[in-house]
Amino acid sequence: MNYTFSTISLAVAAFLALLGAGMAHDSLFSAHMWVLFFVLLGSAIVMLGRVKFSPAGKTLPQHPPSEYFDDVVRYGVIATVFWGVVGFLVGVVIALQLAYPELNIAPYFNFGRMRPLHTSAVVFAFGGNALIATSFYVVQRTCRARLFGGSLGWFVFWGYQLFIVMAATGYLLGITQSREYAEPEWYVDIWLTIVWVAYLIAFLGTILKRKEPHIYVANWFYLAFIVTIAMLHVVNNLAVPVSFLGSRSYSLFSGVQDALTQWWYGHNAVGFFLTAGFLGMMYYFVPKQANRPVYSYRLSIIHFWALIFMYIWAGPHHLHYTALPDWAQTLGMVFSVMLWMPSWGGMINGLMTLSGAWDKIRTDPIIRMMIMAIAFYGMSTFEGPMMSIKAVNSLSHYTDWTIGHVHSGALGWVGMVTFGAIYHLTPKLWGRERLYSLRMVNWHFWLATLGIVVYAAVMWVAGIQQGLMWREYDSQGFLVYSFAETVAAMFPYYLLRAVGGALFLAGGLVMAWNVTMTILGYQRDEAPMPGAALAQPAE
Amino acid sequence: MADKHVDELSGVETTGHEWDGIRELNNPMPRWWVWTFYATILWAVGYAIAYPSIPLITDTTKGWLGYSSRAEFTAEVDSAATLQTTFLEQIAAKPVTEIDADPTLRTFAIAGGASAFKVNCSTCHGSGAAGGPGFPNLNDDDWLWGGNLDAIYHTIAHGIRDDSDADTHFSEMPAFAGVLEPEQIRETAAYVVSLTGTPSNPALVEAGKQLFVDNCASCHGEDAKGNREMGAPNLADAIWLKGKSEEAIIRQISTPRHGVMPAWTARLGDTTVKQLAIFVHSLGGGE
Repeated sequence: MNYTFSTISLAVAAFLALLGAGMAHDSLFSAHMWVLFFVLLGSAIVMLGRVKFSPAGKTLPQHPPSEYFDDVVRYGVIATVFWGVVGFLVGVVIALQLAYPELNIAPYFNFGRMRPLHTSAVVFAFGGNALIATSFYVVQRTCRARLFGGSLGWFVFWGYQLFIVMAATGYLLGITQSREYAEPEWYVDIWLTIVWVAYLIAFLGTILKRKEPHIYVANWFYLAFIVTIAMLHVVNNLAVPVSFLGSRSYSLFSGVQDALTQWWYGHNAVGFFLTAGFLGMMYYFVPKQANRPVYSYRLSIIHFWALIFMYIWAGPHHLHYTALPDWAQTLGMVFSVMLWMPSWGGMINGLMTLSGAWDKIRTDPIIRMMIMAIAFYGMSTFEGPMMSIKAVNSLSHYTDWTIGHVHSGALGWVGMVTFGAIYHLTPKLWGRERLYSLRMVNWHFWLATLGIVVYAAVMWVAGIQQGLMWREYDSQGFLVYSFAETVAAMFPYYLLRAVGGALFLAGGLVMAWNVTMTILGYQRDEAPMPGAALAQPAE
Repeated sequence: MADKHVDELSGVETTGHEWDGIRELNNPMPRWWVWTFYATILWAVGYAIAYPSIPLITDTTKGWLGYSSRAEFTAEVDSAATLQTTFLEQIAAKPVTEIDADPTLRTFAIAGGASAFKVNCSTCHGSGAAGGPGFPNLNDDDWLWGGNLDAIYHTIAHGIRDDSDADTHFSEMPAFAGVLEPEQIRETAAYVVSLTGTPSNPALVEAGKQLFVDNCASCHGEDAKGNREMGAPNLADAIWLKGKSEEAIIRQISTPRHGVMPAWTARLGDTTVKQLAIFVHSLGGGE
């Protein structure tokens, strides 16, 4: 394989970035283009080192076309672990910034810039890389076909990393369009659109050339995730740039229409990115790791279509008791409640896949991780519909309860199922007999579980206390607390939240070590996990 | 397709397909799942009939209950207001001293004042009204513009140095940087510091004494105890709004900074300002 085309493209793109930096409409755009220039220039130099200057006729394809395209999956696993640790670390930092405001280092490391860095690092960098890597792995194996599009997979992977770097550096520079979970400005959005279409082509192309007669359920979910995210991303980011060489743009929508568009996007980013995508992951890795068939095919069909149909309507529940018309609030709420069982269909299918193999929860820490993920999935998909009920929402809205809810989903479900998939994949992808250490997986499991439990429980208490303080009236009919008093009351919870986050981060570091050592080919000399051999209690 | 295949462990038939070794059992959907799903759908339909839910061309369905969040909000605000009406009417009609003399009204006014204070005043004066650098502590008996009920009421109502209000407290201390020599300012500051018993350079203090009499006593008084008529602070106590160090006092003499407070009647209305006055008066330093 030669790299002439990619090298030239990178060099040309670097030159264009340089032009952008020189002719920028505003100083932020110029700074951002300098970042882009150095990233692209560095990549071009690396690629140049790989170009072979031998006659074209002599080069042979390194991979016979029948073989699975796993290089990109390997890079994806490494990127997932790396961005995961980064995202968790930034999370701990901003948790501490909330408890100790002195930790805000103006202007680049203020909470306002670090918070989107954290959410994007965890959702898009960690979660996105996990989804791209596992979807490429799963679609090839369940279709018995090599990834479609030749080196398109590489474009998707590196293009997505570039998106992450541009988004992250943009946040720190202060470039934002202030749309939650969609903060990058128009030019980064356009780039992501191109990468995402390439992703869709690679994934769909593989399905179309599959050698299996049927499409496996995991691929339905992955495909729903890719298609819907494309639609959400494009519509939510419709905007008019101030200048084609500037970092500012104005949204096409305004007022409550804009708010609804944002939450239609925001809620379905949860629904299709963090739910559907990771259900795809679950539907492959849980039966694979448990070595058991999926519990119910019928359930998977019904809950898939119900989930896809219901989720897209539920966004208005983020705008209860606002300027959004009552009818839209009603629909947002009832669709959220109807979503409860379709979400739980995935939980049932995941958990019941273990029927007949329940002992594996005791013997296999990877299965334990996956089951904990599914348990948190079930918990947060019950909590979500409950919080969407207007009476509950009037207490929970704008409080830290919402933050707790998001994290029991993100740390518990998304995080744990991804860890399980990574532990399953790493030895297979690098041809190792086993992981470096199963005991460290067990440590990771307990650190992460403890971290999530501390985090979620603390945020429940904090959020409910906050909501109650905000609405507390005295016997004369006057508000009891000033806002500042309710902020001050949060201090102990914010501190404990940082402790929970630090435990989760510690688990992530244990994983990074374990995965690195596995990739390098080491095996830790350790006693086997207590389990099958110790079916009887020791006492 | 579908060659018959049965999972050995569970004895359940599979769909017959296999992907990378994964099969799917042909289990039925759990009954409880199906029925709960139906129940949520039924509930959703019922709720959508009871509440506004379907957008029409110019309006939406109103729902059987005729609910509207705007009406609910107005009703809650109205019922809360009704509970307070009799008190608020009396407060509106009476001067602050009379309100303060009526125990029931006073209790209500303190509660209302405390609530308004948290929202409007705590930003500068702190939620405990203890103030901070540049913002007076309202718990003590050191008052710039007077500490009886009428004086506090006037100060809150018309503000301090608020150009939009004709009755605002407006006096300002002149900047002495252009009037006195730097050495003279240092001497004056040394004298001022010495008034509170803080040790300072005796030579400077002696020189500063006459300077004080010539330049400062007209507002702050011969005894330096201040003058509330023009908001001149008492310099003989240990309370320093802009800092107690000699440097801070030199800075304040040279180029004084002046605090500003909005005239609150325009923002909150007279009734709330009266309650605020009674609340602030009740904090401990009221005269």
